[in-house]
Amino acid sequence: MSTTIRTIGLGQVMLAVLKREVSLGMRQKGEVLTPLMFFAVVASLFPLGVGAESNLLLRMAPGVLWVSALLAAMLSLQRMFAMDHADGSLEQMVLSATPLGLLVLAKALAHFLLSGLPLVLMAPILGLQFGLDGRALGLLMLTLLLGTPTLSLIGSIGAALTLGVRGAGVLLSLLILPLYIPVLIFGAGAVEADAAGLGIGGHLSLLAALTLASLGFAPWATAAALKIALE
Amino acid sequence: MKDRFNLYRFASPAVFYPLAGALIPYFVAVSVVFGLAGLYLGMLVAPTDFQQGEGYRIIFIHVPASWMSMFIYLVMAFWAAIGLAFNTRLSGMMAQALAPTGALMAFLSLWTGALWGKPMWGAWWVWDARLTSELILLFLYIGYMALTAAIDDQRRADKAGGLLLLVGVVNVPIIYFSVKWWNTLHQGSSVNLAKSSMATTMLWGMLLMAMCFWMYSIAMALMRVRTIMLERERHTDWVKNLLLSGDEK
Repeated sequence: MSTTIRTIGLGQVMLAVLKREVSLGMRQKGEVLTPLMFFAVVASLFPLGVGAESNLLLRMAPGVLWVSALLAAMLSLQRMFAMDHADGSLEQMVLSATPLGLLVLAKALAHFLLSGLPLVLMAPILGLQFGLDGRALGLLMLTLLLGTPTLSLIGSIGAALTLGVRGAGVLLSLLILPLYIPVLIFGAGAVEADAAGLGIGGHLSLLAALTLASLGFAPWATAAALKIALE
Repeated sequence: MKDRFNLYRFASPAVFYPLAGALIPYFVAVSVVFGLAGLYLGMLVAPTDFQQGEGYRIIFIHVPASWMSMFIYLVMAFWAAIGLAFNTRLSGMMAQALAPTGALMAFLSLWTGALWGKPMWGAWWVWDARLTSELILLFLYIGYMALTAAIDDQRRADKAGGLLLLVGVVNVPIIYFSVKWWNTLHQGSSVNLAKSSMATTMLWGMLLMAMCFWMYSIAMALMRVRTIMLERERHTDWVKNLLLSGDEK
């Protein structure tokens, strides 16, 4: 009955938030590009650290690229709520009639578009440096595409919990990285399993299952965390 | 009806503080008794394992510590859920009081596991599924403690920590199974605890030690929660009266 009062629908509100986030992100290109560069630098450090033996690099590649992607995706997490918290728009979102979980979902989606998707597109270039072949590169992109939304969604919980907290950046990584482990295992595992000639259906299904589960649960946990932070 | 015994009364720190103080000696005493009995059974009575020699006796510390590390996390999550649902002060304090003991248990479990692993497997550490998930559990404990320590407002610290615990407790099984599958994918695990049916004395020794650790954890948590109560409620009359009376029971 109260829904008739709303002048715009939930979908429109979410779309508006998504557009706002993306355009804000695009205006500060450094914030979008820095994690990407970080991704490239970290991935390039591994051959320098472990040696340039091509067999070794080939075996390590999926894991190294996935770990680098995890770290890069985490870099920009803190920004998800911090800016809005500073200028007060976050409070307006919390107070608005739209369920906070849906707004959070839109913000997490924007985070994926701005940080996860570029990583997916960049991964094959770095994968070439490790000597991955076309099939492995495609699979790497696919697993990243399936997995990075989960990183944004689970990450949003950490970003909300550490909002306005001392040393939020390091704390965020301590809280979130252990929760990223399943995504890492199945993401990198799929590429490795395929290289070993094993089936990958299970890995991809589990990765998709993690994404769907976090899609359902994470926004509400994040919304609760935001309410705690703004109390 | 007014004088009926009401369990919820103990949710008030002022009421719970003396109760906890009165209970601590009993838990300590029971823990010591169980510990002595368990160590006696484990170290002196239980037979030497024909495969592992005397080295296996570390399980009398290792297994109870692992059990407690997992159990305490569940108890913390339980208090977190109560705290978030009913907005009770004591729940968050209990969760915070339990965390260091849980982390200690996880650490003990890893440490004794390493001590056991060196002579048995020839390595301090292997990336076995159970070891890895225990390590991750230790990380979760540390994450919780770091988060609550970083937030100055105690009410917010309790709630944020509680939410993290709930997120963690949902994730623990997911992490455990993913690590398990990861492990089987990578290599045929070199570690195979082919559990022969344990001698009865060994089992009893382990159970007694588990009870000892359990009672110890309760005693420690109660001691810590009393300190937390005093610190947080230092502005209240009951703490002032308590400190003025000089009787901190």
